[in-house]
Amino acid sequence: MEASGLGKRYGSTWALRECTLAIPAGHVTALVGPNGAGKSTLLNLAVGLAAPSTGEVTVLGGRLPGSPAALDGIAFVAQDTPLYKTLSVADMLHLTRNLTRRFDQAHAQARLAELDIPLQRKAGKLSGGQQAQVALTLALARRPRLLVLDEPVAMLDPIARHDFMATVLAAASADGVSVLLSSHVLTELERVASYLVLLARGRVRLAGEVGDLLGRYGQANLEELALHYLRDNPTGVAP
Amino acid sequence: MTALTIPARPEEDDASLRPVPWRQLAWVTWRQHRFALGGVAMLFGGLALYLWLSGSSMHHAYATAIACHPASSYACQNQVINFDSAYGSTVQAIATLLLAVPMLIGAFVGAPVLARELETGTFRYAWTLGVGRRRWTVAKLVPLAVTVAVAGGLFSLLFSWYYEPLFADGNSIPLDPALFGLRGVAYAAWTLAGFAIGALVGLLIRRVVPAVAVTLAACFGLTFATGVYLRQHYLAPLLGRNLASPPAGAWVLSGWWTKGGATVSRAVMNQVETSLFQRVMTATVPKNVKSDNIKFYKGPANSQVMNYLLHHGYAQWTSYQPGSRFWPFQWIEGGWLLALSVLLIAATVWLVGRRAV
Repeated sequence: MEASGLGKRYGSTWALRECTLAIPAGHVTALVGPNGAGKSTLLNLAVGLAAPSTGEVTVLGGRLPGSPAALDGIAFVAQDTPLYKTLSVADMLHLTRNLTRRFDQAHAQARLAELDIPLQRKAGKLSGGQQAQVALTLALARRPRLLVLDEPVAMLDPIARHDFMATVLAAASADGVSVLLSSHVLTELERVASYLVLLARGRVRLAGEVGDLLGRYGQANLEELALHYLRDNPTGVAP
Repeated sequence: MTALTIPARPEEDDASLRPVPWRQLAWVTWRQHRFALGGVAMLFGGLALYLWLSGSSMHHAYATAIACHPASSYACQNQVINFDSAYGSTVQAIATLLLAVPMLIGAFVGAPVLARELETGTFRYAWTLGVGRRRWTVAKLVPLAVTVAVAGGLFSLLFSWYYEPLFADGNSIPLDPALFGLRGVAYAAWTLAGFAIGALVGLLIRRVVPAVAVTLAACFGLTFATGVYLRQHYLAPLLGRNLASPPAGAWVLSGWWTKGGATVSRAVMNQVETSLFQRVMTATVPKNVKSDNIKFYKGPANSQVMNYLLHHGYAQWTSYQPGSRFWPFQWIEGGWLLALSVLLIAATVWLVGRRAV
């Protein structure tokens, strides 16, 4: 994903401004920052749900978000994993297969069976953790090159959180899926993220590979790095 | 847990993938909106059953009334009058109710299509799937629009049959604003327009309940404005001078008097007519007549007043639309409603495509 001078304004408020980024493929990228920092806005721009007010953004090596090729290559799991609550899991599967050009039905069914999620149950009647797993299963069955997750685990209990991230990691390492996920909870990203983008008040404060950043700023882990950086640079001026 | 891994993604060229077939999209539309369509079927089905049952008895009653022989006899005339008083008001009430059905379909089928997705956030899912949001919108709106329009059209065929006896007895005019929208092609067009208005309102308002309310108001406003202001201008009205009565089946728009080329105001005309009428009545009604029988002198007195006025430079004008314009008016109304609906649906699809979230 590449962005240059990217900005998004809602009314007179800038949700995101002057965002210039180049996230290489093959990473699990963590997009972190306090609430209202512009994380969701950036993800919406990346998946083509929103159009930039200024600048431009491309994904999957130069494709415009929202173009057919980009839609095919990106699977998006929005905040609070909105599923059609009145549809059964089987119908959600069928719906997704019918609305996509590529869908691995057998894989999705096998994974749901493994998770013990009943296919006939309505999506709205599943637990939060199961709903998140269904959403992730549907996303992965599309065999995306980039998986975009907006606050995927904010509503989950620790076990569901762990299981969810394990699945994401497996997809990333075994199948080479790039992952871009946002979160305001840093601890869960510790083990998974290899690339970090730190946002605050609509601006990019820090971006780079996690190993490099930790080394450069002499911090032991991501959480300390982020806190340290947000406290020391409240104005966002790069050191 | 053990994580199943996904099979290696074949290195296929993205461009070689064809767009998602419409057949697949049709399944999604059916699956998500089958309850709404079931509601439409039940509403029209229930009303159709009622029209069929009560229509059969009404047709039977009318057939009995006109089979009476000799038709000009008092008893036979009375049978026709009894038929009118037995069925007329019920049928008027049914007609009014049916005018509201396209509005209900707009509000409860059209408005939620997009508003529910936007309200619950599921649009974030649907719009990021491979189908593309414009194609997705077309696949939802077009089949639903066609279905409700066809249902409306079939229903209005039944209504036309149901209403036949009340035309045959000469008490109804085809251009009557309360009736025009229920027959011919107009009902299908109104149902279609209601749906198209609902869909766009749902997209703009993004919440189901307010969108339902606004759609009801908008559909009602459009129906009312069309019936009261717009429809009479489809074709230039005809002007009648000194007609004894308007031509059969004509929809009378207005009437006025002139004297020597200048329009006489309603108030002045009322004074003139009243004083003339009283003069004639004083001159013609015998002193000893019973008060019950005075009514028999009123008709002739009115004719005399009319004659007097026409011989003294007054002229009575009537502006009207003849009943023979029923079908031209149907095509005009159906045509502009169809154009409006296509425009609204196209605007909705376009707005979904460019909507920034």
